[in-house]
Amino acid sequence: MILSRRRVAPVASDYHQPGSRLLDVNDLKTYFRTPRGMVRAVDGVSFSLDRGRTLGLVGESGCGKSVLSRSIMGLLPSTAERTGEIIFGSERLDTLGPEALRDYWGTQMAMVFQDPMTSLNPVMRIGNQITESLLVHTDMDKNQAKETALALLKSVHIPEAERRLKQYPHELSGGMRQRVVIAVALACGPQLLFADEPTTALDVTVQAQILDLLSEQQRERHMAVVLVSHDLGVVAGRTHDIAVMYAGQIVEQAPTEVLFSEVRMPYTEALLRSVPRLENTSHTRLAVIGGRPPDLIDPPTGCRFAARCPYVQPRCLEEQPPLQEADTPGHVFRCWYPVGTEAGKEALERNLAAQLPQAEAAVSGDLAVEAS
Amino acid sequence: MPEPKVDVTADVGGAPELPSLTPITTVQPVDLVRADGGVPLTGRAARQGRLGVGGILAISWLFLITALALLAPVLPLDDPNESIASIARQPPGTDGHILGGDGLGRDILSRIIWGGRASLLIGTMSVLLGLILGGLLGLIAGYFRGRWDNVLTGGFDVLLSFPQLILALTLVTVFASGAGTSYGQRMSVLILALGVVSIPVLGRITRANTLSWCQREFVMATRALGAKQREIMFKEVLPNVLPAMFSIALLGVAVVIVAEGGLSLLGVGTPLPTPSWGNMIAEGRSDLRTAPWIVIAPTVVIFFTVFALNYLGDVVRARFDVRESAL
Repeated sequence: MILSRRRVAPVASDYHQPGSRLLDVNDLKTYFRTPRGMVRAVDGVSFSLDRGRTLGLVGESGCGKSVLSRSIMGLLPSTAERTGEIIFGSERLDTLGPEALRDYWGTQMAMVFQDPMTSLNPVMRIGNQITESLLVHTDMDKNQAKETALALLKSVHIPEAERRLKQYPHELSGGMRQRVVIAVALACGPQLLFADEPTTALDVTVQAQILDLLSEQQRERHMAVVLVSHDLGVVAGRTHDIAVMYAGQIVEQAPTEVLFSEVRMPYTEALLRSVPRLENTSHTRLAVIGGRPPDLIDPPTGCRFAARCPYVQPRCLEEQPPLQEADTPGHVFRCWYPVGTEAGKEALERNLAAQLPQAEAAVSGDLAVEAS
Repeated sequence: MPEPKVDVTADVGGAPELPSLTPITTVQPVDLVRADGGVPLTGRAARQGRLGVGGILAISWLFLITALALLAPVLPLDDPNESIASIARQPPGTDGHILGGDGLGRDILSRIIWGGRASLLIGTMSVLLGLILGGLLGLIAGYFRGRWDNVLTGGFDVLLSFPQLILALTLVTVFASGAGTSYGQRMSVLILALGVVSIPVLGRITRANTLSWCQREFVMATRALGAKQREIMFKEVLPNVLPAMFSIALLGVAVVIVAEGGLSLLGVGTPLPTPSWGNMIAEGRSDLRTAPWIVIAPTVVIFFTVFALNYLGDVVRARFDVRESAL
């Protein structure tokens, strides 16, 4: 696949060491058996990630973001079927069974879950939840583990860490709990951290703190992070690269700044348009992407976004666009009539002339400028 | 044992199906009618999961009968098996025998206290058996799901589909009613039979709760940290499921004590002359018209014991509901 062959664009960053590839994913497919048929939750995803880098994984609900990260870790239910290559460091992970993977979980890769309310055991003290994995994976004795837990709690900025060790999760606020969850995930020093919508369940004010904490820990530990979010705003300032997912596929991937300045894929454009803006007058209607993602049991033959796309042309319904390289190195997208090109402009004009509803919706309002 | 089964579906078993909706039960107003439609037998305190006066009375009663049963050999009691012709069928108070004498002239108070040993032993041991086996099987079914779940739930359903008293009766008749059956043998088989009967009840409640707790992200999170399946089952899931198991187990003890009475009536309960509350009723029923106190005394004791156990079961369950939803 194109993505796996390419080098990630050298965006200015002091801790990026060239050649230190940590994760390679090639043509990963995860299907779920259901009574209605196979659900293609992840359908041919390839990407790679270097040490110390952050990849943002963005897309709307049900597009396969979480399943992708769980597929890579191997945390799938028994109804799932996974194919494709996952290379972590120099090891193939996709051929390993759950028993062998256990050696990687916690120590090599870890995951921060969405809801801190449910991702801690309610009947276990905070301290024990942190020391648990330390005692399993390292040679530490109880006292050393406790010392480490204390240090970890301090490093995630939990006040009165000593006292917290003895507390139960219900005694902490949501933000504090998420800090604990992060401390638990970081306990054994993983090289790769999946943060699965780590701030979705939190207050907006706390969101920023948690994201800052994640960035800080990532820098200090030189850890690779996959930050999953449905919110482009969340990943915008905190990632090196962003991959936009739609219906189980990566539809556009680019270094963060490039993605925002040179959008090619209409879906990414629509996502950007749907972010509310401060400068809009009050009561401005929020831009929405009309329609729903396609059925993943029987995905459309052509482009999966075609049915909702303002630029849609007959070709889009018949042929699936491949991932192609854009002008900037490291920028790939899937579209026959990309945004910001002559072809895309003409496609939109044709659709406007034909009074296609999604095209009209896309150009109405003051954001129309961006679309043309 | 129909009682706990109703509770499985109506209260504890209903909620786990929709773990995300549990907050609805959090702010349950005090006067809300119970989910199973029944008017709560017990007071406001029990519904809020507090002990209250009722709870303290219940604990005191259970403590009292347990202590008396344990201390029976050292208490200044008449021999429970000694017949005194002068007090046969005599009402309470005769010749200093506080509860009177039974049909064979044995002291009823003494027999009740000694009978508590058999009744409580059978009640707790068989439920403990059900708790361990049913709990383990339920935990396995709920945790591994799939084939394990199908097989085990099928097994529970088969066990539940037997009329339970008949099942216990059959087991005792087949294994412990021959001429040479010793007391210990009969008791073991009784405990085993009633334990087998309580396995599916406790197994199902454990399975239902395990299923719901396994949906929680902390189970996945612990797995993602490299914990072993066994550790997750026993260290993460089990402690959360215990309150529900315990609540049903308390009700189970009450049901088993009554069931032992039923078996006694059928002649396969605690072997005579050793007293149990059940076989005292069974023996006394022939004198029901002339000397009703022979039956009334053990009946009242069973009544209070069952009532106390049910009350405490309710308290535990109420507490458990709060705990599950207030996460």
